[in-house]
Amino acid sequence: MSLAPETFDELREIAARYPQARSGLLPMLHLVQSVEGRVTPEGIQACADVLGLTPAEVSGVATFYTMYKRHPVGTHHVGVCTNTLCAVMGGDEIFACLREKLEVGNDETTADGSITLEHIECNAACDYAPVVMVNWEFFDNQTPESASQLVDDLREGREVVASRGARITSWREAERVLAGFEDGLVDEGPAAGSASRVGLELARERGWAAPGDAHGSSDLPEELPEAVEVADTRRAESETIAEEASDD
Amino acid sequence: MTDTLTPVLTANWGDERAWTLPAYAATGGYDALDVALGMAPEDVQTMVKDSGLRGRGGAGFPTGVKWGFLPPPDPENPKPRYLVVNADESEPGTCKDIPLMMASPHTLVEGVIISSYAIRAERAFIYVRGEVLHVVRRLRAAVREAYEAGHLGTNIHGSGYDLELVVHAGAGAYICGEETALLDSLEGRRGQPRLRPPFPAVAGLYASPTVINNAESIASVPAIVKNGADWFAGMGTEKSAGVGIFSLSGHVKRPGQYEAPLGITLRTLIDLAGGIREGHELKFWTPGGSSTPLFTQEHLDVTLDFEGVAAAGSMLGTRALQIFDDSVCVVRAVLRWTEFYKHESCGKCTPCREGTWWLVQVLERLEKGQGSPEDLDLLLDQCDNILGRSFCALGDGATSPITSSIQYFRDEYLAHLEQGGCPFDAKKSTAWAEAVQ
Repeated sequence: MSLAPETFDELREIAARYPQARSGLLPMLHLVQSVEGRVTPEGIQACADVLGLTPAEVSGVATFYTMYKRHPVGTHHVGVCTNTLCAVMGGDEIFACLREKLEVGNDETTADGSITLEHIECNAACDYAPVVMVNWEFFDNQTPESASQLVDDLREGREVVASRGARITSWREAERVLAGFEDGLVDEGPAAGSASRVGLELARERGWAAPGDAHGSSDLPEELPEAVEVADTRRAESETIAEEASDD
Repeated sequence: MTDTLTPVLTANWGDERAWTLPAYAATGGYDALDVALGMAPEDVQTMVKDSGLRGRGGAGFPTGVKWGFLPPPDPENPKPRYLVVNADESEPGTCKDIPLMMASPHTLVEGVIISSYAIRAERAFIYVRGEVLHVVRRLRAAVREAYEAGHLGTNIHGSGYDLELVVHAGAGAYICGEETALLDSLEGRRGQPRLRPPFPAVAGLYASPTVINNAESIASVPAIVKNGADWFAGMGTEKSAGVGIFSLSGHVKRPGQYEAPLGITLRTLIDLAGGIREGHELKFWTPGGSSTPLFTQEHLDVTLDFEGVAAAGSMLGTRALQIFDDSVCVVRAVLRWTEFYKHESCGKCTPCREGTWWLVQVLERLEKGQGSPEDLDLLLDQCDNILGRSFCALGDGATSPITSSIQYFRDEYLAHLEQGGCPFDAKKSTAWAEAVQ
């Protein structure tokens, strides 16, 4: 079946964002996945038609990138990081646990079509290892137990919220966001997780700052002179300690 | 003396709704843009050059110098210029750009506008890896807000300068962090590196003059413009100026992001992070991601700047400090990284495509204790045939963990052969393992 006319309109809309239409191909393939549940031959044909390419050219691109799937993906995509750092911190155990629990191998989908399980490469959240991604949302500091609970919740349709991100919708809806269509969930979740802020909080605690930077010690509230005094004392203390240390 | 930690890029990460334009503006956001627009583009370039800012994506090339490689506009053959931000953060261990763009996407957007103005580009792209949904949301919303506020689009702040900015999500390919592969990918092709020359400054995106900078580099620009080149150059070391985000992960008590002047040591950072996990000792670490040769305890006092790390035999890279304690088998760690490089090799050149495959074969049998001592020499020989013979740095990087681990831990490889298997218990390395008494 050919794609709906509305999808063709959106594919053209994506291509129009770029000075040269072909640049839209990656987001267009994300859109195909959101509509079709995978990269289908019809989706490849549609991209080829919009861009004036051959299906072979589009196929050549689609098969290069790991995020494009040629077999149907479940309602949710669960990725377990098993690159070295996460693997060592327990990612291997989590992946083995989920594989057994869901009775699937790598990049396979459960019989009920709810979950596709995949081991993934480093997802840039190493300070929250071991990390699990659901529809490319972060689930930090996982254990076999928490990951097991997570997939239970997903399969039961309970509300699941990412550690640093929004409430989980579905893999297809996530693919639509990646294609460039906003879903209104941007304001959910925190600005940063605790590990992201650990250096910042330590600096604040010890009165450390970049010299004269607007965010640093110089912008302490003026109406609280005692706060400045405390911070300055702390800073002086820490400098004294540093000086003493360097004398050694 | 500069403080031990110096939050600049990370300073607003704890703010309420830090990702929104009102929150960013409340901290003086987009003030730097006005400063820049009041200057000649060349002067902004000079300022960034004088600040000493060097590429934060790993290579450490001076950002302002890179901008200066753009050929002067040719009136006979006018070609558009492009700024492309490399936000394809995928190097194992690297986790600084993703939290930056999630917490404060406007810092990057403002950096893009100022940098584009400095190089006279009228179009810019942020190429962000696809596997970070919420970051893509935050970037898109920030760009939308910036358009609505007149920071993007036509006649920005009444200056007569126009800029269009597109957020582009990738689709899962480590190689797209290589700047010319990124350009091919952004053109809608397979992400494979290009032959250089021509360099992107001359023939980049759509064969037009293009600057490609890492996200943290570009995000550093507003603070430099606001506080001055001397302010930035006054931090860090003489040749490695300024501050950078150091990402500690693994077996430390408080892993996370620590923004500090370049030149800090791992000893200081581990101390700030509460030390190594209880009952264990530091065994090995990466200074800048898995593609940078491993360090050990003996490197705790190496200054983490470009020169210090290079002199000690590795690379500062992305300051991705992955910390492994004595519970971790180095052979297992290296095998896993090697499997990663094999998976991510784009297939364009033979040394990398075939070489990474063979490396995995040999490492697998060594890890199982089934190889022979000669396999270590074989591995080194294979590395020798990949390093410097591959089309891009992916192949070179694949050899780093292998050669450095054999250099420092040859006995551990041999122990696998003597025992007919791995002498370590993987369960003792996990985040939930009981402390060793």
